[in-house]
Order: sequence, then structure tokens, then C-alpha cells
Amino acid sequence: MNRFSYHRAETLADAISHLRSNPAAAIIAGGTNLVDLMKYEVERPGELVDLTRLDELRGISETPDGGMRIGALVPNSDVAYDERIAKLYPLLTHAVLAGATPQLRNAATTGGNLNQRTRCYYFNDVATPCNKREPGSGCGAIGGVNRIHAILGASDQCIATHPSDMCVALSALDATVEVAGPDGERRISFREYHRLPGDEPQRDNTLRQGEIVVAVTLAGEASYFAENYTYLKLRDRLSYAFALVSVAAALQLDGGRIAAARLALGGVSHMPWRKPDAENALVGMAAGEETFTRAADILLAGAQPHEHNAFKVDLARRAIVRALTQAAAATPQSLSDKRIA
Amino acid sequence: MSQARPGSAEIPIQITINGERRCVELQPWTTLLDLLRHDLALTGTKKGCDHGQCGACTVLIDGRRINSCLQLAVMQDGKAITTIEGIGQGSHLHPLQQAFIERDAFQCGYCTPGQICSGIALIEEGNAVTRDEIRELMSGNICRCGAYPNIVDAIQDVLVQRSGVIREAAE
Amino acid sequence: MLKNDPHIGSPRNRVDGPAKVTGAATYAAEFAATDLGHGYIVESAIARGLIRSINVAAAEAAPGVIKVFTHENRPQTAWFTYKYRDQVGPPGSPFRPLYSEEIQYSGQPIALVVATSFDAARDAAALVIVEYAEKPHLTDLSIARKDAYKPPKKRLGIAPPPDPRGDAVKAFSEAPVSVSAEYAIAPEHHNPMEPHATTVIWEGDGKITVHDKTQGVQNSQAYVASVFGLSSDNVRVVAPYVGGGFGSGLRPQHQLFLAVMASLALERSVRVELTRQQMFGHVHRPETINAVALGADADGKLVSIQHHAVAATSQFEDHQENVVNWSGMLYHAPNVDLRYELAKLDIYSPGDMRAPGAPLGLFALESAMDELAIAAKIDPIELRLRNYTDHDENDGKVFTSKELRACYREGAERFGWNKRNARPCSMRDGRELIGWGMASGVWEAGMMKTAARGVFTADGRLELSCATSDIGTGTYTILSQIGAETLGLEMEQVTVKLADSTLPASPVQGGSWTAASAGSAVMAACQDLQAQLFKLARKIDGSPFADASDDDIAFVNGRILLRTNPAKSVLLAEALAASGEEKLEAEKSASPGLIGPMRYAAYTHSAVFAEVRIDAELGQIRVTRIVNAVAAGRILNPKTARSQIIGGVVWGIGMALHEETLTDHRLGRIMNHSLAEYHVPANADIYDIDVVFVEEHDDKASPIGVKGLGEIGIVGTAAAIANAIHHATGKRLRSLPITLDKLLAA
Repeated sequence: MNRFSYHRAETLADAISHLRSNPAAAIIAGGTNLVDLMKYEVERPGELVDLTRLDELRGISETPDGGMRIGALVPNSDVAYDERIAKLYPLLTHAVLAGATPQLRNAATTGGNLNQRTRCYYFNDVATPCNKREPGSGCGAIGGVNRIHAILGASDQCIATHPSDMCVALSALDATVEVAGPDGERRISFREYHRLPGDEPQRDNTLRQGEIVVAVTLAGEASYFAENYTYLKLRDRLSYAFALVSVAAALQLDGGRIAAARLALGGVSHMPWRKPDAENALVGMAAGEETFTRAADILLAGAQPHEHNAFKVDLARRAIVRALTQAAAATPQSLSDKRIA
Repeated sequence: MSQARPGSAEIPIQITINGERRCVELQPWTTLLDLLRHDLALTGTKKGCDHGQCGACTVLIDGRRINSCLQLAVMQDGKAITTIEGIGQGSHLHPLQQAFIERDAFQCGYCTPGQICSGIALIEEGNAVTRDEIRELMSGNICRCGAYPNIVDAIQDVLVQRSGVIREAAE
Repeated sequence: MLKNDPHIGSPRNRVDGPAKVTGAATYAAEFAATDLGHGYIVESAIARGLIRSINVAAAEAAPGVIKVFTHENRPQTAWFTYKYRDQVGPPGSPFRPLYSEEIQYSGQPIALVVATSFDAARDAAALVIVEYAEKPHLTDLSIARKDAYKPPKKRLGIAPPPDPRGDAVKAFSEAPVSVSAEYAIAPEHHNPMEPHATTVIWEGDGKITVHDKTQGVQNSQAYVASVFGLSSDNVRVVAPYVGGGFGSGLRPQHQLFLAVMASLALERSVRVELTRQQMFGHVHRPETINAVALGADADGKLVSIQHHAVAATSQFEDHQENVVNWSGMLYHAPNVDLRYELAKLDIYSPGDMRAPGAPLGLFALESAMDELAIAAKIDPIELRLRNYTDHDENDGKVFTSKELRACYREGAERFGWNKRNARPCSMRDGRELIGWGMASGVWEAGMMKTAARGVFTADGRLELSCATSDIGTGTYTILSQIGAETLGLEMEQVTVKLADSTLPASPVQGGSWTAASAGSAVMAACQDLQAQLFKLARKIDGSPFADASDDDIAFVNGRILLRTNPAKSVLLAEALAASGEEKLEAEKSASPGLIGPMRYAAYTHSAVFAEVRIDAELGQIRVTRIVNAVAAGRILNPKTARSQIIGGVVWGIGMALHEETLTDHRLGRIMNHSLAEYHVPANADIYDIDVVFVEEHDDKASPIGVKGLGEIGIVGTAAAIANAIHHATGKRLRSLPITLDKLLAA
């Protein structure tokens, strides 16, 4: 871990001006991802701007449209155990609790969860090539050990995945990211927040220089998915492991018919993977395996597996069908009983 | 406002450790875990991976269980830290420490302080009652000796003791 | 009552428990010293080649750096490779850290940065600039196996495969029922929770005290003395607490060399701790491929067993373990052909890891037996009973004891095996398929020459000491029990000191031999103290024992008393006080003897039963129940013994489903070098584990009737799980770990 200077931000404006004036500066809050990567020498910031004393980034509050606003500094565990969120957006509750561990969730923040880097062996090992860590050095995972890597939306530069569970649910719930920067505040729809690697895999998201995530908001109407939802995560051990494939599924049912649907995948792409076509294919249809399979096929269309991760395509298809079945039956996946209903 | 340039003077912070207020000066890159183990000689908190992948370094920060290896010490200014040394010593053991002994919930002992800090927090959090729930919410603490069933037994014992106490108080 | 409340055989809490639950137990990296230098290792990024240049200028200029050691400025150490040998290493040339510019594996230590703080050393380590001249490397066993060879020199203590018996090929080809397949096990890393670390305390005058993470303090001491040309008197190695070993601490690891080297060169105390990533740069369980072919008659009686294994080793050592011999001794068969070969890779030497060899070979053998049971339409337990053997057919020796039949019977009963529907895919609960499988387990019941000392003092206390270690196995506790029981004391009156090279000689702690070996030595020392105390008690004025013989007395509640009249007694402390001595001392050693091992073969056995619940569509496997019935002779402490078996079972579950070291063969580099990506079981993965200790009387395996428990728990577990997976799904998975992708592809 390199030496760096430390600045404890007093105000949001102070933090932004530090970030703008020093391109080598990075922001720190929960530390669970950044400190980890600094010890691997993957991140070597010249300055750390500590956001944790900024009260304006704290707190979970209700919004006028019946939705919720989650401050960027709110720890994952506060999101997970907030009763209002559990009532309105249980999909989010479940996704958060499917990720990491109680200790990590106590430290990791909402903003940090959005901005965590990838899960990739090569990104984490400075002795190997990685375009995300060191643009132009090559992608070690292509042709390498890539069982955990992306099958959708990858490029010939990078096949890393976004590691978050929380973000898969936020994507499915069409959350909005509030950011503040040198040019003022702006709101980014969640689906526009993360990006595919393309030929700039070093960029995980669409934040501009000096911008800081302030909060994530959930619209009131997203709470209509509070009855029929699930977060289904498949991994290499039953807890404390990243997703090989995860599915956030949420439905609004009108009798036996699907009135609205949300479907997002984790562990398969550089960002939570959604496609309006897949959701549209569900709307108006009767809930059932055939319909679910069609949606899965649309969502997975164009999947490009590598040497070791071809299984993810079929696994994702099956997981989507199962997740939609769980959602339709209003039997969300239990987090402690590992049997998959 | 605290500020430091690389290699320059150390930053002073105030931190309460096991009930004792301390003023320490440190470099910003020192983690809470290294502060405890190296500077304060509180070696009960263990370094198993230094990356938040094992839970051996779990301490309570303002009552919440957290991996101390991923926390910069300088950011703990004003906070209260409880380590295993502050949980119970000598003949004054916390009920969970005693339950760990009775249930043989450890072998080599290296993950044990983290397991106990984590288990105490789990009991306080109140989110686990069944064995399945304990298992899931103790999964942030790896035990390579494989004492997991005994760890779950020990925590369950204390949960039962606790609920007994609560019932008696209510009657 | 003449008898004490028996300590031996009763469940007792660990005597080191209070120290461990309060954080007071101190491990190798936790010893402090004034002006301690902190060492941080720089590792090679390539698998094979030469260091063309290594530039340490920036690192040496970094704040707090004391010195950077590389092969270019390494202080003088022993020249000959034999000086680097240790008690348990295999044939070959042991790895010599910082020896030359040659790179032999990725992750090889190539520099040590010593600084005034850990942070400063870590920071500076990243500033070392290395240029390599790469050479072609090979890390892929599937390629290297074509050049597999029979190890020309056998490793001490590891029996090579026995000579073939009969004509196994012919018998196989003529057998009415047969199975033949290949079974592979991925390389695994020990990953004890405590990373390897050494703190060397510079005592002055060339003397050092070494706090090493080791399973053998005297092995480390001898290594340090030999490599650095020191007198053993100047090297004291201690390791009172070891945060998990599992074999990783048997041989001296490179952090020991580096810490001692730096301490001697700098004449100051130095600590070197490995990071978790660096823990993947040394010892590991070798990747192993087994080919097994079984032939049987129509009744399921084996007529032919062929078991050929190829295991990976390094370029510089021939690590060997017993993988195939089990197939020649667990069942009766007239025609047997066992072969064990090695293949060289550009990796660090593999080493012993919990039950080295056995779970690899038995995963293959016991999977094949399950396949044979299906082919012959015989219940898997019945098949094993039909092929039961009462002697070790590899060498014709009789077993000291073998209650494996009772393991099958009691394990099956506890598990409810008789409710099993033999047809695969026939048991289901909702969406989940249920599978029940079983396997046998076997491990050597070894004993090694070990010495122990007992000191009885005027305050009525007993202190026992021995150089062996307690790596979490419960050695402190069982030795306290043996001492307390023999002298009729409370356990609180007994203190046990271990893992100090100045204590009576002991081999490394491993191989499941410590309870039998150190336990027998302690017993012998305590019996000697008994005799001394009795002698003194007879001498005191008005002694009630004037005419008594050894058989007439007992040691109870801190007294010697007459069996025929327990009211007549002498306090032990009183007997000692009357003699005018302050303490009594006895040092004894225990050995396996000469005759016994020539006539008898000693093994522990087990029958493991596994229940899996599988979501066949999604590939999720849960091991919801394990019953492990173990025959291991006398059980000294059922509480800690159960924990040993549970731990072994958890390892078996990890081997079956999770553990796999992944190498990028293009880079020759391990890629999942973290606990986030090398998966060991988490709490959520472990459901019910039921341990049954079968009654087994053994008066030959060791003087105290103990056979050892450290390894047997893992041995049959992975095979039982794989067999259960087949029963649940009809899919035979022959490559470990059985991850969901393999299950879905099968």
C-alpha cells in the first residue's frame, strides 16, 4: 500500500473541489473495496478524501412520491434492516443480504457498492496483464482462467463482471443515482450509471471527474413490485461468495397475467444486465415456464461465453425461469434456508 | 481539519479502545488492525487475510462488527472500539466466551476472537434465531479447523440463556 | 472409591481454552521486541527464468527502510543443498531462498525488504523493480503426465507401492463385473487461518529466540542451525500456539529462513509474515490423477484391483505420499497392481496436507467401489463386507485391531441407511433430489519416538513438558488428562508446556501420531513419578505402605492409598516433603518398539455416510448430513476427539465441493490466491455432522491404546459425498471439486 495524503472533507463542496484539483485523489468511505485494492497495489491514490463526516450523505428518508432516498454513506446493513425498505422494496433487502457478510455490510456504503471495482483474478494481481487496471496491457482473462467472467456485453478488451448484488436489485427497480460535481448536481438513471467495457474498460461507470454519488432514490411506483419478487443467487459456496449468476426478478400480477415485469442479472456482465425486450415479453402473458423461458432467451441473446464459463449461459437461463417462478408464486428465495424453492 | 502529505507528520486522533480513551498519532495508511496489533500490542485481534475475506480481524466499532483490516485507523477518530481484550478477561468471561469453551467451538484458536466478537454482535443484532440463520449470519468468519457446528451450538446456547433471562424479566 | 473420576476417556474442556477465547494466546507474529525490523517479501512474477536485474534503489530510499535483501547481497549461508534438508522433506534439493538469479516458480521470494514498520516495508516492497529473462515453463499436469516417472529415491516414511500380486490385467479382463475410470483431484492449499510468520528475537551474542509458525520446533531449530552454521544452543525455537497447520508447518518455510537471515545480518530482531496471497506460494496438496480398475466375480468378490496414480511435484524435489497403497490393504483381492508416479512442474514443491495421499487415493477407490456396487447390484456396504480383509495384504501383517465392520454397522444405523432406496434419483424432497452415499476411510495409526518430562513439586502440582506442538489438536488437554489421571490429581493441578526446542525431544506434530507418541511418553514419565513417590511414601515414619507392593496402592485425589483400606493414605506432597526434596523429576521416552511394527499393521478406520440435497436444474449441492463412524482405539477425550473428526469432515466437504487452486498455465501462475476466490467451506456450508466412536480395544498400536484422529475424519468424506451425488442424480462426478458447472455438464 502506497503512501498518500489524507483529507477529511468537511463539506460536500470541499470534497468535490479536492477531487477536481487533484486527479490522483480518490474518495473513501466504507473502505471495504478501496483499502482491499490498495493492499494489492491495484489502486495507488495520491490522496484520499474521507467522506464519512458528511452528514448530507447520510440517512434513509421517504420521498414525496412515496419512494425512498438512501444516502450514499448509508451502510449496506442499514439498507438491509430498514423496515420501510423491506416493506416497499423487499427485493433490495434480499439482494443486499445476499452479498458479502454482516461485517462487510456494516462498513460498506451504498455509494461504495455502486462504485466497487470488478471481481477478476487478473485485475487483482499486478503481476498479470489487465486493461482495466493498466489500459493497453491486455486482458489476462481472455484465454486464461475465466470461469467467473462475463458472458454478456463484454469486449475484446475486458470480460470482467460487476460484483455487486445490491446493484442488480437497484437496476431492476429502476433506481436513480444522485450525483454532485463541479458542475452541480445531476440525476442518472441506474441503467445509465454503469457501463460496458468497450475499449475503455478502466471506466466502470459514467461518473465525470470530480463527481460524487450523493444518494440513490427509488420511485414510489417501484414499490408495486413488493409482492412478487425474488433475488436468486448461485455461487461456489452457500454464503460469502460472489455470484456466478444472480437474478433479480419482480412482477406485478393481475390475476394470472403479468402486468409489469423487471428482470436483471448479476455475475454475467460488466454491469447489471437488463433488456426491456425481455421484460416486455412477459407483460400481458400468463405466468408460466414457457413465458419465462422466452424472456430468458431474449435476455441472454448474444451471450458469448469463453473457455471456462459456457455453463453460465444455460445456468442463467434456468435461474431466470426459476426466479420468475418464485416471484410469480410470491415465494422469494430465503437467505438462510438455502433450499431453492 | 486533519491533513497530511505523504511521508509527513503523523495525524493525531482520539479513539476509545475497550473503554479507555487514547490519543494516538499515526500515518493515514495504517489500518485499524495494524494499529491494534502493532502499535497498541492488542494482538487478540487476528490477521488472517488482511483483505476482508476471513473475518479473523472482526472488532466492534461503536457496537457494530466490522473487519478492522479494511478500516484506516485515521478514520476512526472519535469512535469506540471493542476488541476481544475488552470482551472478557481472566475469570470474567463473557457468556459467549464460556460457551465457546464448553462447546469446544475452536481448535487452533486463531479465528476465535473474531468469531466471538462477531457472535456477540449477532446476538445484539437480534436477526438470528434458528440454526440456519446463525449459520448464514456467522458466515463472515471462516474457521479452517472446521469448528462451525460447535460455534453454532455455542451461540445458540447464549441465545437461549438470553431469551430465558428476557422471559423471566417479563414475568 | 478407589478410582478417580476418570480423566482419560471423559469429555474435558480444552485447558488452553481461556487463553484462546480471550485473545491471550500469542502466535508467531505477535511477539514484540525493541527495534523490531519488519520484513516484507517480494515475489517472482514469472514461473521460470532468470532475474536479469533487480533494482532496489527506490525501495532502499523509501522512509523507514533498513535494508533490502536479494540474491545479490544475501549474507553467507550454507552452500550444500543437504544443509537445507529437514526431518520430513522428500528427496531432492530443498528450495534455497534468495540463492541465485534463477526463478523456479511463480511466487518465489526474490527480495526481502526490512523496515522499521510493517507499513513501510510493504510500501517499499512495491518499489522494487525486477527484469526477467523468461524461459518456457510447464504447470499443466495434463501435459506433464506423459513424462511421469517412478520416483527413483523413496521418501523416508512413505512406503512405495507393493510388488504386484497375481495378474491384475488378466483377472480384470476375465472378470464378469468390472469398472474402470480416471479420478482427478485439484491442487489444494492448506490456508491455515494464521498466515505463516516468524519473529526472531535477537538476544545478543549471536543467540536468537525464534517464534516460528511450525509443527515441529526442533525441526525448525535443526534447519536454522544447519543453514546458518549456528550452534543449536544459540537457536531456541518456540511455538506454543499455532494458528492451524494441517501439514503446512511440517517443513521449515521460507519466512523462517528470511527472518533468521535478516536478524543475523542486521543483528536485530526481525519479523516476517506472509500475506494471504503469499501463502499460495508455498506448500500445497499435489494435483493427482488416479486410474482405477476393479474386477469382481458375480457375487461382488474382488478378483482384480489396479490403481495407478500420477501426482504433481516440483522440478527440485520428489514429494511423495501414499496414494495407492490403500487399494492393496483395504479389501481382499488376489490380483493387485498399484503404481505411483510423479510428474514435474514449474511449481513450488507440494507437501503433506491433512491425511496426505489418503483422501486422494480413496476418493478414487471408494468411488470405484460405489460404481462396482451398482454394476454388481449389491448394496455398497454389503460389497465392502464381502471383500473385508483381516490382514494387510500388501505386507501380510495382521492388524493390531480393526473394527471397521462395527463402523459400517453403527454408522449405517445412526444414518438410517436401511431406508435408502438404492435406485439413483429415487429420493426427493420438493425440488431437491436427495442422495445417500457412503465410503470407507483408513489412515495409519503411527507412533514415533518421543520424550517427555514430568516434574512434581512440593505444592502438589505436576508440570509436564515435551517439544511437540498443539496446533489445535488438543494436545495440551489430553496430556493434562493423562498426567492428572496417572498421579490422581485434578486437571487444574497439571501444567503442560509444549513446543519449545529446549524441551524433551519430539518429532514434528503430524501424521496423527502425537496423541499416541507424546501421550505414551507422558504416561511413562508419570509412571516413573508414581514409582518415585511410592518409594518416598514407604519411607516416611509410620507409613501405611511398609508391606505394600505396587499392586496394592492407588493414586487418588492427590494421595497414595491402600486399595484394601483407602482410609490409609499419604498425601503426595507429604511424601515429597518428608524426603526433603523440593521436586521429583522424571524424563522418559516412548517408542513403537521393534517387534510390534514387524508383526502388526496399525490403522484407524472409518465409515462415512453422506446425505446431499441437490437442485438438479441449478446445480446447487448441499451436504445436509454426515455420519462418520470411526474406529481409532482408545478415545482420550470424546469432546476434543469429536472436534477433530468434525474438522476432518469439514475438510472433506471442502475437498468434495469447494477447494481448487486455479493456475493460468500460460503465465504459470496461481490466480485465485485469496480466501475470496479459493473457497474453503463457510459456516453456511456445514450442516449436521454426527461422529460415532466405535468401541475398539487396541493393546499394540501404542502403549496407551491410542491410534490418532487428526486425519481419519477427512479420508472417506469426499468419496461418500461424490457417491451420494451419484445416488441423488445418477451422475458420476470423477473430478474434484464437484462444482455446479461440472454437475450441470455431466
